[in-house]
Amino acid sequence: MKRYTTPAGPVDALAGVSLDVADGECVALVGESGSGKTTLLRCFNRLVEPDSGAIAVNDADVRRANEVELRRHIGYVMQEGGLMPHWTVRRNVELVPWLIGIPNADALVREAMALVGFTDGSFYGRYPRQLSGGQRQRVALARALAARPTVLLLDEPFGALDAITRADLQEMFMAVRKQRPVTCVLVTHDLFEAQRLADRIAVMRAGAIEQLAEPREIIGSPATTYVARLVEKAGLNRVDRHA
Amino acid sequence: MKLLIVLVLAMALAQDAPRARPIVVASKPFGESYILCEMFAQLLEARGFRVDRRPGLGATEIAFAALRNGSIDVYPEYTGTGLLAILADTTRRTPAQAFTHVASEFRRQFGVTWLPPLGFENTYAISVRRETATQYSLRTLTDLARVAPSLRAGFTADFIGRHDGLPGLARAYGLGFREVRPLLAAVKYQALASGGVDVIDGYSTDGLIARYDLVVLADDRGFFPPYQAAALVSAAVARDDPRAVAALAELSGRIDGATMRALNRKLEVDGVSVDMVARGALDSLGLGSTSRATADAQRAPAGRMSAWDSFVHAMVNDRAALARRTWRHLVLSAVSLVAAALVAIPFALVLERRRRLAEPLVRVTGLLQTIPGIALLAFMIPLLGIGIVPALVALFVYSLYPIVRNTYSGVRDADPVAVNAAHALGMTPAQVLRLVRLPLAAPTIMAGVRTAAVINVGTATLAAFIGAGGLGEPIVTGLALSDTGLILSGAVPAAVLALLVDVALAGCERAVRPKGL
Repeated sequence: MKRYTTPAGPVDALAGVSLDVADGECVALVGESGSGKTTLLRCFNRLVEPDSGAIAVNDADVRRANEVELRRHIGYVMQEGGLMPHWTVRRNVELVPWLIGIPNADALVREAMALVGFTDGSFYGRYPRQLSGGQRQRVALARALAARPTVLLLDEPFGALDAITRADLQEMFMAVRKQRPVTCVLVTHDLFEAQRLADRIAVMRAGAIEQLAEPREIIGSPATTYVARLVEKAGLNRVDRHA
Repeated sequence: MKLLIVLVLAMALAQDAPRARPIVVASKPFGESYILCEMFAQLLEARGFRVDRRPGLGATEIAFAALRNGSIDVYPEYTGTGLLAILADTTRRTPAQAFTHVASEFRRQFGVTWLPPLGFENTYAISVRRETATQYSLRTLTDLARVAPSLRAGFTADFIGRHDGLPGLARAYGLGFREVRPLLAAVKYQALASGGVDVIDGYSTDGLIARYDLVVLADDRGFFPPYQAAALVSAAVARDDPRAVAALAELSGRIDGATMRALNRKLEVDGVSVDMVARGALDSLGLGSTSRATADAQRAPAGRMSAWDSFVHAMVNDRAALARRTWRHLVLSAVSLVAAALVAIPFALVLERRRRLAEPLVRVTGLLQTIPGIALLAFMIPLLGIGIVPALVALFVYSLYPIVRNTYSGVRDADPVAVNAAHALGMTPAQVLRLVRLPLAAPTIMAGVRTAAVINVGTATLAAFIGAGGLGEPIVTGLALSDTGLILSGAVPAAVLALLVDVALAGCERAVRPKGL
């Protein structure tokens, strides 16, 4: 639980929320802005510190871990990429291996870049501002994967892209997961994206989980009218009927 | 603590010659004071002493503070100023009583010695144009009080503010002017002659009173105290150098009012250099050292140089001095700027980590910026004396704010997405600062340094008021002697220097901008 102070008084967010993500599984947190999905995501690497409750990653209580060490072993991708604008692609991607002090950072960089579809070295020397939005997000994903983390947190990773680039990157993400089994928590406001990429979906609303289930079940039997409306808005009920 | 280190560094830098100490001869920034200072200096040199000249020190407060703490050894002062401005004593006294009183009080309170008076008085001379005097039949200040409500006065700021100046005078005579304007000493005679004002505060020995054919109104109620000129000598010289004191005392009683007026006229009307006026004066008193003096004096220009000629003279014929001053100016600005950057940037980085303290503390450095230059210099004399050290400290203080402000804002506002990502990927706070915030803020920080540098080059002209040299020197002298050309020969190079420094630092700003931005 995380207590926030608002002009209207203190508000408890994520009260009673419980979420278990299995090894290699991808869980999507879906909801409108303000639903608490990003806050929940940020609890996993202690960018947000809960006021009460427990969070464990790989069976270890995150509160006992050194926060800097913890973050170095959890991949993180954010909406605008968050690439260091003054660093080349290579330096961005090798950041976490370098922070950890892994000796063969160069090989890790090449491996991660290949995973996201950059097979030739021509991008390494470029600066983020010389890349397209889609390329930047690929580099951000490569950066998150470079140190071979077992857990990956993604905060609207494809949210700022146009529809076509977005579909491309979703494909790429599915391909990455096939090659590199990594436990993912994916925040998105797009239920369509969630059902495409995730093994399970947690629909969140006002700081609580409305329904947690596999995509098929969410679409087939929404637990609440809110979830049903969300399914309808994403056009998923129709897709299902035609299938 | 850091400030202390900088002070120590600055002092170390400023230690020039080894201390087989020359006698430091100084003056206040007006013509007569320059002439007397130069006469003291040449006389001491003729008697075999090594002399260091510091003409044109700020004003009474600065010159006296410097004498008191031993930064200078002798300067010409007036008994009335000693009584009123320094002892704040308004008791009415005869000239002889006034001298005896300041001499004993200064020795008792400050350990400072008044040598016997030089032989003339230079009191305030409230002056009007001849036609004004005729029109209203003015002879005395009592006459003036009668018509003052229809007259405009232009007085030096000093005179307007001091209680022994306008406020006291107004009370003594019931004076109330239609308007009182503060005027620089350099322009008040021209302002009166051109009809811009009707009354000014001159000095009775000013060369310009005769030049403009002005009428000096008699102080018929004896408001102004006697202003006898005399050499004021530091405790150190009075104690350790009786021969120097004896040499200076050779001038006592030798310069009467007519002589001083003639010397002032040579300097202020005829445009003869201070050096030659002093040489000629000593020569005719039989105190000169060389026969060269007379020959030089005869070759002196017959009339005053035009502003353009004196500008060209200072820029071309005197280019060695120009180069020396420019170099000094650059050193003053650069040393203080580098010291300020070394303190301000780390300070601002600490503030970025203590956000709650940041804004108030940044504002405090901003407040330092609002202290007027001369005031800051005057505050520092009791601690640091005159010359390079206090000038460096003052410029250092003025450079802090732009650098602190820009560094703090630049680091605080560095690309928030990148900063967020840096945290999320496991950089330590120190790494976020060093690897992300600082490089992203570098252009903003450099812009602050650039602002500070340009302010610094401008402010460094004030350093001349405390004897630190630089391009302010000809400005101070030019203001004192109403020599526009001389003023420009300091102001123009200073402006050019500011521009060049700005261009050079714009280059640095581009160089520190990270490539990807």
